[in-house]
Amino acid sequence: MAKIPVQFTLNGAEKAEFIDGGTTLLNALRDKIGDTSPKGGCHQGTCGACSVIIDGELRLSCLTLAETCNGAAITTTSGLSQDGVLHPLQRAFLDAFATQCGFCTPGMIMAAKVLLDHTPDPSRDDVVEALSGNVCRCTGYEPIIQAVLTAARSNSQNAA
Amino acid sequence: MELRKSYFADQRKDDLHEIGQPRPRSDSPGHVTGKTAYFADRNFPAMLHLKMVRSPHHHARIRSIDISEAEMHPGVVKILTAKDVPHNVYTILILIQIGPEDETVLADGKVRWKGEAVVAVLAETERAAHEAAAKVKVDYEVLPAVFDMEEALKPGAPVVNEYHGRNYYLYDSGECRKVRFGDVEAGFAGADHVLEQTYQSSPIEHAPTETTGCIVAPEGNDRFTCYTNTQAMFFTLDNASIILQMPGNRLHFVGGTVGGGFGGKVDVIVEPIAILGAKLTGRPVSFIYSREEEMQISSPRAAEKVVIKDGVMKDGRIVARKVTGYTDAGAYSRHSPYGAQKGAGHYPGPYTIPNVWIDTYCVYTNRTPSSAMRGFGVTIGDFALEVQMDKLARLIGMDPLEFRFINAYRDGDMKAHRQPTEGAALIECMQEASRAANWPVAEKFMAMSSYAKGA
Ligand code: FES
Ligand code: FES
Repeated sequence: MAKIPVQFTLNGAEKAEFIDGGTTLLNALRDKIGDTSPKGGCHQGTCGACSVIIDGELRLSCLTLAETCNGAAITTTSGLSQDGVLHPLQRAFLDAFATQCGFCTPGMIMAAKVLLDHTPDPSRDDVVEALSGNVCRCTGYEPIIQAVLTAARSNSQNAA
Repeated sequence: MELRKSYFADQRKDDLHEIGQPRPRSDSPGHVTGKTAYFADRNFPAMLHLKMVRSPHHHARIRSIDISEAEMHPGVVKILTAKDVPHNVYTILILIQIGPEDETVLADGKVRWKGEAVVAVLAETERAAHEAAAKVKVDYEVLPAVFDMEEALKPGAPVVNEYHGRNYYLYDSGECRKVRFGDVEAGFAGADHVLEQTYQSSPIEHAPTETTGCIVAPEGNDRFTCYTNTQAMFFTLDNASIILQMPGNRLHFVGGTVGGGFGGKVDVIVEPIAILGAKLTGRPVSFIYSREEEMQISSPRAAEKVVIKDGVMKDGRIVARKVTGYTDAGAYSRHSPYGAQKGAGHYPGPYTIPNVWIDTYCVYTNRTPSSAMRGFGVTIGDFALEVQMDKLARLIGMDPLEFRFINAYRDGDMKAHRQPTEGAALIECMQEASRAANWPVAEKFMAMSSYAKGA
């Protein structure tokens, strides 16, 4: 089968790969590029564990064909911390016990980041709405909601 | 949260300075940065993908299996059937002498539940494995199936599992696990009221966010490294060793990082066949359940049926309890004989009842094999018996919390299965609950203690 070239930036770094047509972005990131922070919980768009940010928008990488990402800027949870310093969302998830098994966490953090990028001071309802596409089997969601609200507060304090 | 050390003064002499203090989880930094390595985060060159051909029938004889077309499919490397598995008939709990071996790794001559593994296809890509699996031809003769536990126990019901020869697990105590304590019929005869109720539950899927799976890499020294999300590393290693007839020192299991388990990952299902695939092809093998398989194929919590009959006095004392419990094991034992046995010990609940009779059956049906899940064997029983407690309290017009104080077990009380009660704290818990929930009870109950009788 003829391979297809794809090129995009991942967390600011240039990436180029040859992939089979029909390869999902999730599989391309995990198996080809080696960024395993997006998780595959269903491969059918129902769990949100594979969430990534493509050109500022939240996307399910299991439902995105890698070949459609040429020239895109892709962000994943593995790219959030800078020089070993955790992103405020990562810090807040850690402090609020918002992870148990951790499998949903990278996807949750992606969804929360897109929310805070667009809505720096979200209401609780905004948070619930923003996370509604992400399934967590362990935490019961409440610590995650609190973590996102805490991160929003710490962002606005830093900005002030 | 405050720890009332006084309740447990005898048990913990140390300082307990960690209790009540938040401490970061050691695994959280990996989770929030995406660095935690789950089994599927390993990738090996030339890795093969395993897909199962599964039974579309609840109960059927296999007349023939034709893999010729599937073998020709581009990308297919190996196709495995029952004859390829060195020790194909196994049961997980054989490690603790709970037999007989009653389950096939790959179906041999018969399938006993819809979704049972029949043929394993190993191919270069997931897609090729899927496509080839669809080309495996299995000729089935459909047999009558039984889905209801009471139907399964009736004479003349189709026999689900020939390794048992009957549709229930044969304990050393006979057709069920039995507890006999006091004289239950005399207890009923002397009771002011008798209440019999039936409680039923459906199977429950654990639905972990990470599906069940493993990746196996053959090493240069004739060993196999198995990256797995099993919740039962050594159980799985030992069972794999039996199934593969391979000494355990050739198996290296790497795991402990589980993307949600809840008991759903304690069965030995994916590892042995993936290791066999790696052995026969010399290549790394990935066998990961699809979401559909996780929901439909992995063991659920057993369906249960619990019949509770209680004799109660107007003053609140339960004087007799008779319970018949049924655990639906599905087609194979897995952990269910153990679950049903736990129920037998548990049905009196945390209450002291002088006359108890308990029978718990582990029943085979043509349903998905059930297994462990969060307190299996007791969780559904607790639901049933606490609902029963509320009904009994209503029946005699008593406050449900006070009713529980009257019957609560205390240190020194003999339980129905003849273990003396030790370290009880039910009364203290209920006293706290009464305060926290602002559900007042009479002063005499607030003065009770699990340690001293007569209060
Ligand atoms: S893996 Fe993409 S939504 Fe579940
Ligand atoms: S922490 Fe386990 S699924 Fe969310």
